[in-house]
Amino acid sequence: MADEDDIILADLDDEELVKQMFDDLYDGLKEEIEEGVNILLGRNWMPYRVLTEALVGGMKIVGDDFRDGILFVPEVLLAANAMKGGMAILKPLLAETGAPRMGKMVIGTVKGDIHDIGKNLVGMMMEGAGFEVVDLGINNAVEKYMDALVEEDADILGMSALLTTTMPYMKVVIDTMIETGVRDDYIILVGGAPLNEEFGKAIGADAYCRDAAVAVETAKQFMARKHNELAAG
Amino acid sequence: MTNALSDMLASRDWILTDGATGTTLFNMGLQAGDAPELWNVDARDKVRALYSGAIDAGSDLFLTNTFGGNAARLKLHSAQSRVAELNRSGAEIGRELADKASRPIIVAGSIGPTGEIMEPLGPLSETDATEMFHEQAEALKDGGADVLWVETISAPEEYRAASKAAALAGMPWVGTMSFDTAGRTMMGLTSKAMVAMVGKLDHPPLAFGANCGVGASDLLRTVLGFADAGATLPLVAKGNAGIPKYVEGHIHYDGTPELMADYAVLARDSGARIIGGCCGTTPDHLRKMRAALDTRPTGQRPELAEIEAALGGFSSASDGTDGNAPAPRRGRRRG
Repeated sequence: MADEDDIILADLDDEELVKQMFDDLYDGLKEEIEEGVNILLGRNWMPYRVLTEALVGGMKIVGDDFRDGILFVPEVLLAANAMKGGMAILKPLLAETGAPRMGKMVIGTVKGDIHDIGKNLVGMMMEGAGFEVVDLGINNAVEKYMDALVEEDADILGMSALLTTTMPYMKVVIDTMIETGVRDDYIILVGGAPLNEEFGKAIGADAYCRDAAVAVETAKQFMARKHNELAAG
Repeated sequence: MTNALSDMLASRDWILTDGATGTTLFNMGLQAGDAPELWNVDARDKVRALYSGAIDAGSDLFLTNTFGGNAARLKLHSAQSRVAELNRSGAEIGRELADKASRPIIVAGSIGPTGEIMEPLGPLSETDATEMFHEQAEALKDGGADVLWVETISAPEEYRAASKAAALAGMPWVGTMSFDTAGRTMMGLTSKAMVAMVGKLDHPPLAFGANCGVGASDLLRTVLGFADAGATLPLVAKGNAGIPKYVEGHIHYDGTPELMADYAVLARDSGARIIGGCCGTTPDHLRKMRAALDTRPTGQRPELAEIEAALGGFSSASDGTDGNAPAPRRGRRRG
């Protein structure tokens, strides 16, 4: 809708444009985000800079407000969709320019559990934060997780369960990883409505994530730690 | 037109429903990942035991084992062609037991969410959701359910679809939503917004309210929110028996029967007329709840602090109805 105080993105300087993109992500405006990404690329921004400063920066605000009970699932889905529009433009360019990887996550609901809305949200928010996400879908047996982690050369395993009857299966997966000696190769994050921090600790996960926003922040922290260890080691 | 539930609401101040279905069936050996609805045909004795557990503990109304009996959920078990059979059978078993009981017992045909995200955010249209719920509703009606019982809904569109389905089936219905995210439903609906939404339905429910969610305290805050928003229909409170805890490889809900008895009385004080449990609520809990409702007097509407003292803290400081919800970090700058 053309409005008198409609904003012309191309007229904004870089700083104002990025701020406007934060607002547009917050409001889930996909076309405006795509336009903003193209304008920044046209101004010779590196794709990785567009991703981290404009998109990831904007999604961080969405994530914080989701965590704090200010935004809810509908708004987050819209924001993630807008983010996706921008990512579709950036993805091939990021690969071409050899941009650093944020990290790769394999995610799925555990065996017996078919409830996937929470898992899907985490996947979207992780993508929104610049992570690569491999979604194994619902009802995953331990072999499926283990195979995917190796095949995808993943950094992070995300397991989700909505049922109190299926959450103990997470321990089966982690125990198997310990037995086969690969546990410490991966960051393991668990989530789902009936879980809590105590449970995450009890089964040997690296962290329990209360919601999708916390999952993103936790993944970032653990990836940073991993990079530091590599640099130090 | 009257029916068993409207008759009971007219003659009684409060009604006790049942407790947990899933928790009970898992204790009987249901395997995680299996569809409980299949037992309506394959293990009828166990479903009978589930229903009898509630009736014998003093429930006036119980829900059929058909929560996941819509085509979208059954599809995950490749049983989407068995919607009619599984729902009818689940209701029939209930009908038999209710007819044999020595006091009036209401068979409520349980309808849970589709598990899909509704348009425009997700793939499911309101028309398709209505069709799925209608298919299930007709089967529950055929099996002898007195009333349809829609529960654990998060999206207003899905709630509306269920109301249309009940209208198409010519059935009275009750519908509750799950307020599990900072006092709102997953889709961000507040208790106040639910009252407004229910008020606009062409085929309104006989009663509405909240089920499941986080803990008993949060659920009562939601019930108080309904009352504050001027709800005129009878209110339903069906809360979980506390919060699930992981103890030595098993899951326990930390709400004791004594706590749930206090919760039941506080629910009535808060304005609920249909009171029961959800996940983790066993017949032992129900017995204590019944005894408390029978013997303790109805009190004043509780303050939030009293609820907190009796049942534990709330999961969030605000539930979005008190004007104290945190403000968005970004403003809309577009015209």
